[in-house]
Parts: sequence; C-alpha cells; structure tokens
Amino acid sequence: MIITIAGKELKALFSSPLAWIVLTLLQLILSFGFLKRLDDFMQIQPQLMQAPNPPGVTELVVVPVYATCAVIMLFAVPLLAMRLIAEERRNQTMVLLISAPLSMTEIILGKFAGLMVFLLLIVGVTTLMPLALLAGGSLDFGLLASVIGGVALLAACFAAVALYASCLTAQPISAAIVAFSLLLGMLLTGETASDGLRERGWTVPAALAQVLSPLKNFESFAKGTLDSYSIACMVMLTVVFLILSIRRLDAARLG
Amino acid sequence: MTATTTEITVSAQGLLRRFGAHTVVDGVTLELKRGEILGFLGPNGAGKTTTMQMLTGNLAPSAGSITICGVDLLDKPSAAKAHIGYLPETPPLYRELTVGEYVDLAARLHRVPKGERQAAVGEALSSCGLAEVSKKLVGTLSKGYQQRVGIAQAIVHRPDLVILDEPTVGLDPNQIREIRNLIRTLGRDRSVILSTHILPEVESVCDRVVILHHGKTVFADTIDGLKKFHGGRIVHVGLRHPPAAGVLAAIPGVARVDADGEHIFRLSFDDKADPTDALVRRAVEESWGLFQLVPAQTSVEEVFVQLTQKDEAAA
Repeated sequence: MIITIAGKELKALFSSPLAWIVLTLLQLILSFGFLKRLDDFMQIQPQLMQAPNPPGVTELVVVPVYATCAVIMLFAVPLLAMRLIAEERRNQTMVLLISAPLSMTEIILGKFAGLMVFLLLIVGVTTLMPLALLAGGSLDFGLLASVIGGVALLAACFAAVALYASCLTAQPISAAIVAFSLLLGMLLTGETASDGLRERGWTVPAALAQVLSPLKNFESFAKGTLDSYSIACMVMLTVVFLILSIRRLDAARLG
Repeated sequence: MTATTTEITVSAQGLLRRFGAHTVVDGVTLELKRGEILGFLGPNGAGKTTTMQMLTGNLAPSAGSITICGVDLLDKPSAAKAHIGYLPETPPLYRELTVGEYVDLAARLHRVPKGERQAAVGEALSSCGLAEVSKKLVGTLSKGYQQRVGIAQAIVHRPDLVILDEPTVGLDPNQIREIRNLIRTLGRDRSVILSTHILPEVESVCDRVVILHHGKTVFADTIDGLKKFHGGRIVHVGLRHPPAAGVLAAIPGVARVDADGEHIFRLSFDDKADPTDALVRRAVEESWGLFQLVPAQTSVEEVFVQLTQKDEAAA
C-alpha cells in the first residue's frame, strides 16, 4: 500500500515540470563544479605527489560534489515536498486517501517513500560523475560509500522535515517557506549551539543540539569516518518528524 | 463485499460534532439495511456534509458511535472503511492522471486484489459511462464527466455502503437520469446514502428519507411514510355551486378551508378525523355540484418546506 502511494507521488512529481527543472539545474551546477575541481586537481597533482600521504582524487574532487549536492538539497527538498500533503488538501483530494482503508502511517510513509526515491535518484545521477573517473584511475570506494550514505541520510532528514511542513498548511508555497525556514533555523541553531555548548563542557546538551543539525552530522560522513552517533542523530530526526506528520494528519481529522 | 455480511450496513447512534462552541451536527441517529437507498435532505448548512464526513471517517465525531457492516468505524477505521465508497461534494480527482489510471489507483488504494482489479476497473468505468474516455486526462474532462469519474472511484471496490454527496450537481438532464438509474442499480444489493437538493430526485430514487435541520433530525421515515406524513389529511374539493363561506368549515372534522379560486377548496382535516363521507353527503343533499375530490399528494418538497421553515417563523 505504501508502494502504491509512493508510485502515485513519483508519477505526480514527474508529470510536473518542477522535478525536471530541479534535476537539470542540479546536474548543471554539480557537473560544472566537478569539472572545475578536476581541472584544479590535475594542475596541482605533481606538487601533491611530493607530499607524504597526499589526499586523493576522491577526497579533493568527489566529496565536494556531494557537499554541493547536500546544500542544493536544502533548497530543492522544500520545493519538491511542498505538494505532498498541502496540495492534496488544496485540491480536496486528501479525501480519497482518508476514505480508503489506509492508516495515517501508511499515507505518510508512502509519501515519504515516494519523495525519497526521487532524492535517491538525484544521488544516483550525481554518482555517475565520480564513476566516470574510473575510466582513468581508481577511487577510494570506502570514502565514496560513506559520503553517499551521508547524503542519503541527509536527504531523509530534509524530506521528513519538509513533509511535516506540508502537513501544516493547505498552501504548497507556504509549506515550502515553512520547510525552508525550519531547516535553516535548525541547521544554524544546531551548529552554533552544539559547538558553543561543547566548548563549555556541557556534553549532553551539546549532543542533543547536534540532532538538530543534519549538515553537521554529514561532515563526519564526508571525512569517511562512520560516526554511529551522527547516524543515530539523522535517523532520530527523520523518525521524529515522520511521527509529527502522522500526528498532524490525525489531528486534522479530529479538528 | 459479499452478500453474506450482516443485513444492517450502517448504524450511527447519537452523532454529535462541534466546531469550537458551534454544534453542527446534534444527535443524528440513522440505520440502513442492505438494498435501501436513503435520501439525505436539509437546507444548506444543516450538517449533511459534516454527517457524511463522519460516516466515512474523514472527521471524528465529538460524540456518538458509527458501525459499518458490524465493524466499529472509530475502533477499526481501516476495516470499516473497506466497506465504504464515498463521493464527497468536490470529487477528489487527480487531474494529471488518465481516467483509467485514476480509477485503477482508487481500486489499489481500496485494496482490490490484483487479479480482480482490471475487471473491477472495467466494470466501474462502463457502469458510469466512462469506457470511451478512459484514456483521457481527468483534468481535460467536462464537469459532468468528472462527476462520473468521482462516482466510479466510489464504486470500484464494490463497497456495501455507497455515500454520495450531491452526485448530480453540474450534470445535464440526460446525465442526471443515467446517474439516477445507476444509483437505483447500486441500491439493489447494497446501501446508498445520497444527499441532494433536488427533491424530486429523492422521490424517484430513495426508499427512505432523513431531513436534517440545524444539525438535528427533523424527519426520518420511509418515502411512503413521508407521503402519509399528512397525506389524506388534505383534500382538494371542486364545487360548482359552493355554499356560503363558513359552511364547509363547519363540517365536523374539518380544521381549515382555503379557497383556491372560485370553485376549488383546499380542506385540511383534523388528526384522525375523516369527514369525507359527511362532505360528500352534504354536497349531494344540498346540490353543491361536486365535480372533484382529490386527496392531496404530499410531496417531499411540502414536508421539507414545512419542517425546515417551522422554526424560522418561530425564531
């Protein structure tokens, strides 16, 4: 049933121009950055060779591509997710889902899954660029896997927050604005609070603040260090916002 | 979905719904058996749509209970909703899908098994007259066709209870007749709840009528009961040589006389009295020239107006 709803969402995404525009712009920006970095890398490669234990092409060229992808997602996910619930409310099609023998959990998970498939597609298409480098050399596959996993988890966090924002309103545009503000606010407070608190030696509040900042958690993936606490933070954030979304839908029924 | 399920398809007891301090639906109770079509009437804002939203699980009642085919809607929403097909006031259409895709999606969402899905979709499309437009986008169809797509969506999973909120709005007279026939067909082996403003529609289609006013049930009976509501209590009498005013009113059992032109009189009788015999005897004896004696057919409209304007006058 979740697959049915996810399929419907994907179909709706691809029948609107938004999905295609996002995919195109993302590819343009990422490939430009990728080629520029690759070019720079080729120029400084002779000097790097002289250094002991030099950073490789994965670290210098591939990881920044995913970091850019993460930042673009911060803008793209609110736009891609805004329709999920808000537009169904505005077009009064939510009734079809609510009247069907589905639980609110199935509706939310279906919508989330549909969006995630699209976001993973973005990550997949991005991954084609580093894979192209295999034609002329080799990659650090451990680091590549780690950064892909990081971006995927980051996408899940953003998607859950944006889905929740979409549950709050019947206007897709307001949903996008709310989602973007929420994400930005969380990133900023999470980042600064977590650093500030840790400096003062308050480790527990610092650890809690870290949950709020998916971008901060992404950093450890980008270094290739699999930090289990970072993974836990991102999973927690996603689950919390999915539960909030389910409760929000239920509340609309209770009115 | 089978004929073996309990005979009573929907039973709602004391439904109450408040929005803030405002009570929109106040103690509505209704029960419907398989094979019955219930007409749901009331002026705008009477609480018809709210009641239907509660019956379909779109809105939780503030108080009261709803049982669909023996399953409690509030306890086991998914199991109960499987028995319901619902067409809301605004059909919930995805404009970017084709008619076929859309009805197929509705079938999937209602958990129609994969093997039966194609047949179910085909049946729903053909019974709503949509077979030839199944490849068109929902968004490009006319309002009448969109309404039919909405009905197809509500019946594709062969529900025991079909709830239609104003299904014939925006249709032309031919389409209205088709939809009425479809509703009659549906009513043969399932229950249908139909809300409408078109009163003759209720008379021609429904077995039972519930009239809501200010959220309360003001009338609930069969169509025959409605016709008897004060049927026989009013008689139109045609007299060629009417007696002086006051003579007719003096006949025992006659409550009121309204003249309708020079020769036609509308006589209202007291409850339980039947002065027809006395009237006819006097007419013959005194040569009033009786040429017409017609018991008035009470129409839904008369009852509706009477019941829903009563407290407006009092207020």
